[in-house]
Amino acid sequence: MKQTFSDIRNNLVEFLRTFGAFQLFFLRLVQHSPAILMTRPGLVIKQVHNAGAQSLVIIMICGLFVGAVLALQAYSNMSKFNAEDWTGVAAAFALVKELGPVMTALLFAGRAGTALTSEIGLMKATDQLSAMEMMAVNPVRRVLVPRFLGGVIAMPFLAAIFSAVGLYGAHLIGVEVFQVDVGSFWQQIQLTVEISDVNEGIIKSVVFGIAASLIAVWEGYNTVPTAEGVGRATTRTVVITAITVLVFDFMITAAMI
Amino acid sequence: MTGLAEETLGENSEKLIEIRDLKYSRGHRAIFDGLNLTIRRGEITALMGPSGTGKTTLLRLITRQLIPQEGAIYIDGVDISTFNQTELYEMRQRFGMLFQNGALLTDLTVFENVAFPLREHTKLSNRLIRHIVLTKLHAVGLRGAADMLPAQLSGGMARRVALARAMVMDPEILIYDEPFVGLDPISLGVIVRLVRRLNDALGITSIVVSHDVEEISTVADRSFLLSDGKVAASGSPDELRTANSELVRQFMHGMADGPVAFHFQAPGYEEQLLGRDTE
Repeated sequence: MKQTFSDIRNNLVEFLRTFGAFQLFFLRLVQHSPAILMTRPGLVIKQVHNAGAQSLVIIMICGLFVGAVLALQAYSNMSKFNAEDWTGVAAAFALVKELGPVMTALLFAGRAGTALTSEIGLMKATDQLSAMEMMAVNPVRRVLVPRFLGGVIAMPFLAAIFSAVGLYGAHLIGVEVFQVDVGSFWQQIQLTVEISDVNEGIIKSVVFGIAASLIAVWEGYNTVPTAEGVGRATTRTVVITAITVLVFDFMITAAMI
Repeated sequence: MTGLAEETLGENSEKLIEIRDLKYSRGHRAIFDGLNLTIRRGEITALMGPSGTGKTTLLRLITRQLIPQEGAIYIDGVDISTFNQTELYEMRQRFGMLFQNGALLTDLTVFENVAFPLREHTKLSNRLIRHIVLTKLHAVGLRGAADMLPAQLSGGMARRVALARAMVMDPEILIYDEPFVGLDPISLGVIVRLVRRLNDALGITSIVVSHDVEEISTVADRSFLLSDGKVAASGSPDELRTANSELVRQFMHGMADGPVAFHFQAPGYEEQLLGRDTE
């Protein structure tokens, strides 16, 4: 019994310590960000390209199918009430407010996040980060900050692309397959989806972008520098990002209703 | 602290790095337990010892990638533990370090790897950077590999590129971590010759960590044999070879058993085989 309590206490202390270190790490990244953006924009642009281009194909394919399946579900239910015209609206709301940012963040974690973690982890395992330290180059500034910013900048664009392609998928099913009138399909969307709905999606994608990039970079930087350690770190990146994104999604939605 | 610093500079300006009563432990295992040694300017100093004696750890302590629990390290008489981040980076610019596996940046070409410190620390024109990088690559015989990626290089070539990168900022002190491990005889000969030639031609100080007794003996001016967290013996390679100590003899002549036991610590053989140790 005593053992159990002391185990719980130790775990709690360990958790708080890690969480504190994580916050300090975040502040360090933020602190260096303006200088890197001003003086070394090339580094950031390269990472935006890396993170964005890597995830683009997977995000477009998934977006198309998510949009299509939303339209399928919406049409089959709405048609019971003769409300087929609303098929597009249902898909648009779901995509812009929820699935766009959330699915993008999850896919980003699986594609670009794991790549970031394993890249940084391997750089650590092969002494590249130590070599930078020895060349008097701060690896946090030179390696981590550009990668963090790359993810943060890429995510809102990816989420927007996901939603746009998703809407096209909904159009394909609703208009082309089920013959919903194309005019009312799009006009209903235009009339019902407000700018505040779009803003909610943008806010979410920015927050998720920060969270996903931060977790990927943190896990990479704190990898146990062995083959096994890098493998574990990439797995943790996906799991922790997924949990964080879904919890944040709930909190942001609750706050904005 | 300042007393020692003044004394160092006053009495013997040859001393470049001094390590005093260094204690460092990882977990419960003491790696250094009161280590003292001095590295002199302009010499090639070899740090030798059986694997696991913390030779690489010592390099990381000297460059303050690690911080000792006790004791101090002085460079030019200044205690390096007093440096803030800026001073630390200034100090590190006086060093060039060759890592065991080269530690080249995998996403950059050979040329960009060597150019990396110049691009980070100077505002030199591209023309001048190109000039310097090609000169350094020429010195290690790899001017022709400038456009290759690190993944395309053999182990020996990667180490030579890393050497070119380590000296591109013209450091005062070059540190080599196991430079001879895993090289074919030709690459090995090339590296051994480079270590000596760079040291003498550039007038720098070299620190070489190695357990290759043969190779290191041909280049080192002074060797330290580390064991059990202390300096077990020191002197020129010839002095070490003829030393009386059991441990030094075992190490220098590569004998399987001796003060460094062949058997890892274990319960009695007979007892364990008969299963009595579990009772």
